[in-house]
Amino acid sequence: MKILVCISHVPDTTSKINFTDGDTKFDTNGVQFVINPNDEFGLTRAMWFKEKQGANITVVNVGGPETEPTLRKALAIGADAAIRVNTEATDGFTVAKQLAKVATDGNFDLIIAGRESIDYNGGMVPGMIAGLINANFVNNCIGLEVEGTTTTATREIDGGKETISATLPLVIGGQKGLVEESDLRIPNMRGIMMARKKPLTVAEPVESNPETTSVKFEKPAPKGAVKLVSEDNLDELINLLHNEAKVI
Amino acid sequence: MSVLVYTESDQGTLKKGALEVASYAKAVADKLGTSVTAVTINTNNTSELAKYGVDKVLNISNEALQAFNAKIYADVIKQAAEKESSQVVILSSSADSKYIAPLLAVNLNAGYASNVIEAPSSTSPFTVKRNAFTNKAFEVSQINTEVKIIGVSSNAFGLVETSGEASAEDFSPSILESDVKVQSVDKVTDKVTIADADIVVSGGRGLKGPENWGMIEELADVLGAATACSKPVSDLGWRPHGEHVGQTGKPVASNLYIAIGISGAIQHLAGVNASKVKLVINTDPEAPFFKAADYGVVGDAFTVVPELIEKLKAFKANQ
Ligand SMILES: Cc1cc2nc3c(=O)[nH]c(=O)nc-3n(C[C@H](O)[C@H](O)[C@H](O)COP(=O)(O)OP(=O)(O)OC[C@H]3O[C@@H](n4cnc5c(N)ncnc54)[C@H](O)[C@@H]3O)c2cc1C
Repeated sequence: MKILVCISHVPDTTSKINFTDGDTKFDTNGVQFVINPNDEFGLTRAMWFKEKQGANITVVNVGGPETEPTLRKALAIGADAAIRVNTEATDGFTVAKQLAKVATDGNFDLIIAGRESIDYNGGMVPGMIAGLINANFVNNCIGLEVEGTTTTATREIDGGKETISATLPLVIGGQKGLVEESDLRIPNMRGIMMARKKPLTVAEPVESNPETTSVKFEKPAPKGAVKLVSEDNLDELINLLHNEAKVI
Repeated sequence: MSVLVYTESDQGTLKKGALEVASYAKAVADKLGTSVTAVTINTNNTSELAKYGVDKVLNISNEALQAFNAKIYADVIKQAAEKESSQVVILSSSADSKYIAPLLAVNLNAGYASNVIEAPSSTSPFTVKRNAFTNKAFEVSQINTEVKIIGVSSNAFGLVETSGEASAEDFSPSILESDVKVQSVDKVTDKVTIADADIVVSGGRGLKGPENWGMIEELADVLGAATACSKPVSDLGWRPHGEHVGQTGKPVASNLYIAIGISGAIQHLAGVNASKVKLVINTDPEAPFFKAADYGVVGDAFTVVPELIEKLKAFKANQ
């Protein structure tokens, strides 16, 4: 089985979010970048397939050279090869088109992406890849088994979960649940050494006009101070929630 | 030319989110000087949609659409958009709509903006404001394609009533084949879900153990709320995974979020900050959550919550 794992290079979850250039660009100053948490679950699930039933894993990222350390980390975790599509990831549709091209060229059976990246939160790339290559698609995927060309996927739904069967090729939008968090891997020294010898190919992008453009960014207005209510005065709390906030 | 809105239903009944997206569609249609067409699938009663600005309802009744299938639904909505020559298609932020929207975007070759929180500030160019960076910032996004798809964030726009009539039309699109088949559904049906709830009552590690969740459930019952928890609570197996909210869990965009015994770590806040009003109950006055909260009680959950339940019961009885 050939697996393609899409890796988004995102600011670490604790990063302070700031903008530069008249609030038109994300300020990367002092920000540490990591593998998107949803993608990390997907990569670990791919490793499980590789170790338990044999699979070849390619990781791919659409982005500039600054994203290569993130791809190297994925190689150190155990992916076999990496591809970086050499263009700035400016909008979800464009990214999906680049990834769809890689998926088609490489004839992948299973394409694992995260349900959304924690920077732009578009939540569109996995579904768009599936649409573009006409593959089956399971979103919010929290469990996946593959047997031959048949897959059984579990998907989180409002208030529960759903089990789905579908044939390969399949694209999933994965998330926490695909593997246990305790199974997530930290690259070890041997992995890091081996990663240096693994191929990281730079592919040129397909031409695409952006469907959407970021015009600018804004930060939420500073919050007013919390209104503290004494624990001996819960009637006042109910009064505030009812008459002031109008939420009960 | 009308604005098309996909209004979701659950077992034949329109969802609350459907009325919110209808309200949003009306605002967009007013800006564009056009009308609103709603497309619904297997909905028994669509009369309420007129009250929220819908001019025409295309109701699709088809047994084959009983089970949700994103690819087939996206194809059906595409056919409706083509029939109406719609330049703007609007969906909600429910899990199903977020599943459909990217497939629909490919079908219609349309730019898609998700998590949108306001009506477009301009329609030429078409610009919308959306939540990004897990609610730590907003992005003003311009959609450049001829057809535009908007996913409206829950509870961001609200319900806007108007007066009007809607015509109803049966619509019978062709139905795709798909080998994606639902084998089983495992759903707790009698409870309000986090996605649909106006109020969410959430417990953290401060509750010490699963045996103490009775009071969280009781508080939720009194308020007609959904229950949720912080990540360590679901990791420890005290509560089901589906209840974990935050950056790596479910997003919460309720009107009121009550956080009990939750410290307010940045990853938790990121996923719940879209809630309008936040009430925090915590023993530690230095807990970071108090900085993000609107209302707070510094106190022990084990004394505050039971008392709050009693007082709320009395309050509800007097309503
Ligand atoms: C990549 C990543 C992603 C993450 N994603 C998420 C996520 O999506 N959601 C999430 O929640 N976390 C997430 N986390 C974890 C997060 O950083 C925190 O560890 C977590 O939110 C803490 O949960 P807690 O507040 O319940 O527990 P604690 O940090 O243990 O806090 C418990 C709180 O309860 C209070 N308390 C104790 N006893 C009482 C009492 N009797 N009455 C009232 N209050 C009491 C304490 O004062 C304390 O503030 C993530 C972490 C990482 C690294």
